[in-house]
Amino acid sequence: MTEVLVYVDHVGGAVRKPTLELLTLARRIGDPVAVHLGPGGAAAAKTLAEYGAVKVLTHEAAEFADYLVVPKVDALQAAYDAVSPAAVLVPSSAEGKEIAARLAVRIGSGIITDAVDLENSDDGPVATQSVFAAAFTTKSRVSRGTPVITVKPNSATPETAPAAGAVDELAVTFSEAATGTKVTARNPRESSGRPELTEAAIVVSGGRGVSGADNFSLIEALADSLGAAVGASRAAVDAGWYPHTNQVGQTGKQVSPQLYIAAGISGAIQHRAGMQTAKTIVAINKDEEAPIFELVDYGVVGDLFDVVPALTEEVKTRKG
Amino acid sequence: MKYVPDATGDRHFADDLTTDRDAVDGLLSELDEYAVEQALQIAKDANDAEVTVVTVGPEDAREAVRKALSMGADRGVHVEDDDIHGSDAMGTSLILAKAIEKTGYDLVVTGMASTDGTMGVLPAMLAERLGVPQVTYLSEVNVADGKVTGRRDGDVASEELEAALPALVSVTDQSGEARYPSFKGIMAAKKKPVESLDLDDLGIEAAGVGLGGAWTKVEDAAPRPARVQGTIVTDEGAGAKQLAEFLAGQKFI
Ligand SMILES: Cc1cc2nc3c(=O)[nH]c(=O)nc-3n(C[C@H](O)[C@H](O)[C@H](O)COP(=O)(O)OP(=O)(O)OC[C@H]3O[C@@H](n4cnc5c(N)ncnc54)[C@H](O)[C@@H]3O)c2cc1C
Ligand SMILES: Nc1ncnc2c1ncn2[C@@H]1O[C@H](COP(=O)(O)O)[C@@H](O)[C@H]1O
Repeated sequence: MTEVLVYVDHVGGAVRKPTLELLTLARRIGDPVAVHLGPGGAAAAKTLAEYGAVKVLTHEAAEFADYLVVPKVDALQAAYDAVSPAAVLVPSSAEGKEIAARLAVRIGSGIITDAVDLENSDDGPVATQSVFAAAFTTKSRVSRGTPVITVKPNSATPETAPAAGAVDELAVTFSEAATGTKVTARNPRESSGRPELTEAAIVVSGGRGVSGADNFSLIEALADSLGAAVGASRAAVDAGWYPHTNQVGQTGKQVSPQLYIAAGISGAIQHRAGMQTAKTIVAINKDEEAPIFELVDYGVVGDLFDVVPALTEEVKTRKG
Repeated sequence: MKYVPDATGDRHFADDLTTDRDAVDGLLSELDEYAVEQALQIAKDANDAEVTVVTVGPEDAREAVRKALSMGADRGVHVEDDDIHGSDAMGTSLILAKAIEKTGYDLVVTGMASTDGTMGVLPAMLAERLGVPQVTYLSEVNVADGKVTGRRDGDVASEELEAALPALVSVTDQSGEARYPSFKGIMAAKKKPVESLDLDDLGIEAAGVGLGGAWTKVEDAAPRPARVQGTIVTDEGAGAKQLAEFLAGQKFI
């Protein structure tokens, strides 16, 4: 039977949504075998099985938290050796891409990053990518070795497909390189209580037009009324009004939500690179010439200080 | 550091489905300017250690090398060979690793991602191939006493990292503004040495890299259908209501 390795992204055992999307896509190619590293493997296996994992390979070791990236590569390679999969799928986070990249070098395989869709073909999986700030859509294939593909969040709707999910402890021997980069401290981010930016169905972003850190409460209030995540342009981040982790764009997060609302954002190419694949785009900008309006499904030319709070009230009223 | 087509230009694919480098002006990737800046600062604090910039790219990529030299780098290495055209991340990382090994180093500094391919995988691949610690995505970096330390800001946590030299670091656009070349710097750059290397010099088989030897194949590239501009209204008091109406119609409310 054809098996596909799926690298599990989780926080302390809680499986993150992109992994469920990956399991759903993996089933188009073969039987998903999930690789869960770190604490909580047994509990996570239940969720992974629900979404189609026929097997869950786990390994718990302090090395995964104490050293950067390489211990995870060692473990994923051990899984690769044990399974001989038809493809290896990894979520497209910064770390996920690094793990995939090093694995590709080790096993001499081609790598495709940031796929937004996957199909199977006689020549193996075909990945759809969105390139040049989403101006082009490409279809690519790995032509040498076992395909290693990283997939962006929001690329599929997770579908359940209960499978056995038999848990198996992976045997891992850490390489000499594993302890090369020590993590000497880790400061967890405070949770805002809002959805994860890359996973959210709706994102509300503010730019330079928001004119100050305090005013971001307007953007947050609109986001909360819609159950949305909050994003920011680089101009707003550089001004110190909002954290860099919330930046949308080329050097920030690439989001693909159902709805993207841009308030006080001009729509520079580097910002578009992070949001152009959103299904529906809405902009509020007082300059009718702002390039963001070229992209929108609905645009309001107006002052965000009037429109945003009024919209928040409208949403609340309608939601009751 | 990479020479890339200007992101604000109208970027295209050539007939062989590689990036069309003729259609748009090229430049030193803006994200790699941050790498040059950090390398210059680190070298200055290390008794004026030498900074060599290395690029793999077509003839025009020499411009990117010049730019870095005018910012203050000491010398350049330009790997240029017609057979490199069309290389993917696996091929490019192989060529770069060989060029870096041939040049010699205590520390390799790269950008976080190229502004054209935006894969962000080369740094990890280079560390794997060079067999040195990877200290990547740093928004703050320090080198002292034979050690690299730095801060990596992730989604879930911000991490402090530490590794012994030799090592490879990649820096983000949060690491500190890159300097502009001064007039003096631009003049001085003209006299700085730039070594040209081809695949033979690096002992790499041409068949193993380039478009033919690539590990991945782009089968199709289509322009994304232009987004059709939707409704634009001007707010004269009812803008929010109209927008709410639209959102409700789309079932977002
Ligand atoms: C290498 C590189 C990487 C980059 N990466 C990113 C990235 O990841 N993300 C990103 O966002 N940018 C990125 N940029 C920066 C990008 O080029 C723009 O500078 C940035 O996106 C501008 O942000 P902005 O739209 O908020 O600001 P501006 O371009 O200044 O636009 C502000 C807008 O707000 C409107 N406005 C002002 N006041 C109001 C009001 N009261 N009501 C309504 N509208 C109002 C104005 O009309 C204007 O259109 C990058 C640049 C480079 C060179
Ligand atoms: N052709 C190249 N020549 C030199 N450096 C490169 C090249 N391609 C990528 N890099 C470096 O690797 C980083 C990440 O590139 P990428 O993985 O392509 O996004 C870039 O910021 C550069 O520092």
